[in-house]
Amino acid sequence: MSDVSTLGLRQSRLFTASEILGYLVLAVVIFIVIPSALDAFRLNLFGKYLTYAFVAIGLVLCWGVGGILSLGQGVFFGLGGYCMAMFLKLEASTPENTAIQSTPGIPDFMDWNQLTELPWWWVPFNSFAVTVFAIVAVPMVLAFVIGLAMFTRRVSGVYFAIITQAIAAIATILIIGQQGFTGGVNGITDLRTLMGWDIRPDNAKTILYFVSGILLFAVLFVAHVIRKSKAGRLMIAIRDREDRVRFSGYNVANFKIFVFCVGAAFAAIGGAMFTLQVGFISPTLVGIVPSIYMVIFCAVGGRSSLIGAVYGALLVNWAQTTFSESFPELWLLAMGALFIAVVMAFPMGLAGLYDDYLKRHVDRVLAPVDRMMIHRAARRESEKLSATRATQPAE
Amino acid sequence: MASTTDYLLSVEGLTVSFDGFRAVDNLSFYVDNDEIRVIIGPNGAGKTTVLDLICGRTRATGGAVQFKGHDLLKMREDQIVHKGVGRKFQNPSIYDDLTVFENLELSAPGSYSVFGALAFKRTGAIIDRIEEIAEMIFLSDLLDQKAALLSHGQKQWLEIGMLLIQDPELLMLDEPVAGMSVAERKKTAELLNTITKGRSVLVVEHDMKFVEDIAHKVTVLHQGKILAEGSMDAVQANPKVIEVYLGH
Amino acid sequence: MFDGYTTSELSAIFAMQGFAGLSLFSVYVLMALGLAIIFGQMGVINMAHGEFMILGAYVTYLVSIFFAEYMPILFGAYFFLAMILAFVASGLLGMAVEWAMIRHLYKRPLDTLLATWGLSLILQQIYRSTFGAREVGVSIPDWMMGSIALTDLVEIPINGLFVMAVTLIIATGVGVMMYRSLWGRQVRAVVQNRTMAGAVGIDTGRTDRLTFGIGCGIAGVAGSAFTMIGSTGPTAGQLYIVDTFLVVVFGGAASLLGTIASAFTISQTQSILEFFLSGSMAKVLTLLTVVGILMLRPQGLFSLKLRK
Repeated sequence: MSDVSTLGLRQSRLFTASEILGYLVLAVVIFIVIPSALDAFRLNLFGKYLTYAFVAIGLVLCWGVGGILSLGQGVFFGLGGYCMAMFLKLEASTPENTAIQSTPGIPDFMDWNQLTELPWWWVPFNSFAVTVFAIVAVPMVLAFVIGLAMFTRRVSGVYFAIITQAIAAIATILIIGQQGFTGGVNGITDLRTLMGWDIRPDNAKTILYFVSGILLFAVLFVAHVIRKSKAGRLMIAIRDREDRVRFSGYNVANFKIFVFCVGAAFAAIGGAMFTLQVGFISPTLVGIVPSIYMVIFCAVGGRSSLIGAVYGALLVNWAQTTFSESFPELWLLAMGALFIAVVMAFPMGLAGLYDDYLKRHVDRVLAPVDRMMIHRAARRESEKLSATRATQPAE
Repeated sequence: MASTTDYLLSVEGLTVSFDGFRAVDNLSFYVDNDEIRVIIGPNGAGKTTVLDLICGRTRATGGAVQFKGHDLLKMREDQIVHKGVGRKFQNPSIYDDLTVFENLELSAPGSYSVFGALAFKRTGAIIDRIEEIAEMIFLSDLLDQKAALLSHGQKQWLEIGMLLIQDPELLMLDEPVAGMSVAERKKTAELLNTITKGRSVLVVEHDMKFVEDIAHKVTVLHQGKILAEGSMDAVQANPKVIEVYLGH
Repeated sequence: MFDGYTTSELSAIFAMQGFAGLSLFSVYVLMALGLAIIFGQMGVINMAHGEFMILGAYVTYLVSIFFAEYMPILFGAYFFLAMILAFVASGLLGMAVEWAMIRHLYKRPLDTLLATWGLSLILQQIYRSTFGAREVGVSIPDWMMGSIALTDLVEIPINGLFVMAVTLIIATGVGVMMYRSLWGRQVRAVVQNRTMAGAVGIDTGRTDRLTFGIGCGIAGVAGSAFTMIGSTGPTAGQLYIVDTFLVVVFGGAASLLGTIASAFTISQTQSILEFFLSGSMAKVLTLLTVVGILMLRPQGLFSLKLRK
């Protein structure tokens, strides 16, 4: 039997010192550096970028950790965004605001499309509580159904990617085609207030930026806990040797369904925050192209790094805005080259560069802190362990 | 005559065909408690396929596989594992990106469900068990090493360790000493001798010396059918077996 | 849904929609054949496949302008030269891409998908800078204009017939190449056992490059044929890529005949539905059905049960 103090060492720790430092730096960047360096307009843009980071974090879990590449994350992002937009649109479409319509009290695009009544499935979105629930639940249910159908039949890899891409295509065509119910190609626009609070002025957008930041950290925490749990280690095992995991007694499909649902929920939260900050949602955020861009945010940041995904989303979007303002022609070329370069030369993205060049030095500096943390954790654990061993003597 | 339920594993009329080709053809055999059975046969005889069928990796076209009274053909791989069947693959099948410790930990029974795995916490008992197994498979000093960095032989041992910690009643090994050096092979034979105590083992192996060392009973497969069955000596003297191995 | 139509009108509708479906079928088959070779045989996901097709379309456009300018007498025949040039241009580009990019990624199929998507962005931008963002159309030779009236109600356009004939010839050609030529045998050998194929003296690297090139070349011909029934823009290729992948997967990736059968099923379903529903709902319903069937039968319609 090993001695008590090494047992403490073997405990898996939720955070290492360098992880804590990583999150602290990210918090400083998001909550201090960016807000103090930018005007309200630019800050709102970064708020929009943050919403893509939610998707990228979900993709890290699905793709980087679990090996499931979904090219349909835009669908979940869009579902979250549309749920939020439906609530805001209903709030904006009071009979007084829409008195000039032939049917006052329903959203303007419905009136333009000769609808005379609110469709039944719009009605629940009058309630904010239902909306918040739906933002997470609707995409998760869809992800669950897709996952159940595909993963129990062992569809994986490129087949899964292609089918999720087809689903993204279907969703876009459906939204555009059913414009009386969805606002069509323009999406749901002209959103004004959230329970009476005007979301359009600069100070509201600044507040929403911080709300997004806080939610992002909540999502990061959940993702981190999953990643560090046995389920997280199992996902890596599934990514590398699916068969072996099965023959160790796990139902692999369940783990894949779970992580796919979590990814969908993260994307949907991002989508809802997008709607709030940008003031509209449209099918251009749902389809094949945005879905694949979300994958590239994740790839640039480092497909298996949670923190990397956030930087990836911020950097690529910031570069896109900056570039396309000054060289719109070059932007697509640069983006295409970035795709190819990341895949071929830096498959681990920014996080990989950090691991290769910086991590060593950071780890050396942090070593004493880490030792102290391990020591304290070990002491705590061994006290607990010796207590349990005292009550259950070895056979 | 004993009824099929008296055996730990009974395989009856097992058949699988791939697009008309019968890789395993109406195969029947029985494995007792604590028996070490070795399946031999020329390449393409269907040896690995038999293991695949029993552990659920390949779906059978017909026949029955009973294990402790359970019909394995109706179950998923993970359910078969829960009944007590363990499987080692021909090429070492381990998780390269995880440490030796984590490899063993994931193979330890318990917290199989998603939420169980999320809530899982390392206990002293599990840590002790992992260290105990690591000692048996000669990897005590490498617990924190990434599995990708192990040598081929060490990877084979790690996979055997992953099965050991699973503690199956029926252990199925596909060519456990393939690709090992002489020294590693010797160590592996010792290892197998200790771990096969108290359980039944079904081994597919080419190395005749190794087969002689461990087999209680040998089943010879040829073109998906049983050619001969019995003790090693009896099988080696069987003219049909000699014909198949040396004839062509 | 059939109210208000007489029987003869209905049969005419089905005949016309069936023919429209056959045009769509030709496009699907032409695009899917190249993809079936690249994806089915090599396992490579080429998201830039549509852009290879568009390259063929632009080549045809350039050739038509050239003929109209310098050899108006031969204008009626320019199309045949254009198809050959389209094949060569797309094929060469394909081989270059295989050499520079794809061959480094054979073990990472998902990464190929992302890298070729990057390539498709670059190609789209190049097309846009060269030919402008607007769609261009080629002038069709006179003999291809007009239509043949089968009955009073049913008219078949000649250019549609021509594209169908081209499809038939190319599909037969690919089938013959795949199952009768040395290249076809080498491709299949490499697919089935790369190491062994290398050991018996097949240059697997060269075979891969040639296969990828031929797949892209066929896409180029598809694009060329496509100009006869529609106009070409920088992003036109992207519109078809998902459909084409579904066609290939639905047919069972490794089977050429399956690809053709699935192209037929999908195109016919879609065009018949299109008459009764709006275009977008027909498309949604068709895609949903295909995705639904793929969920139930992920290996596609035509595939062998293989020993793992």
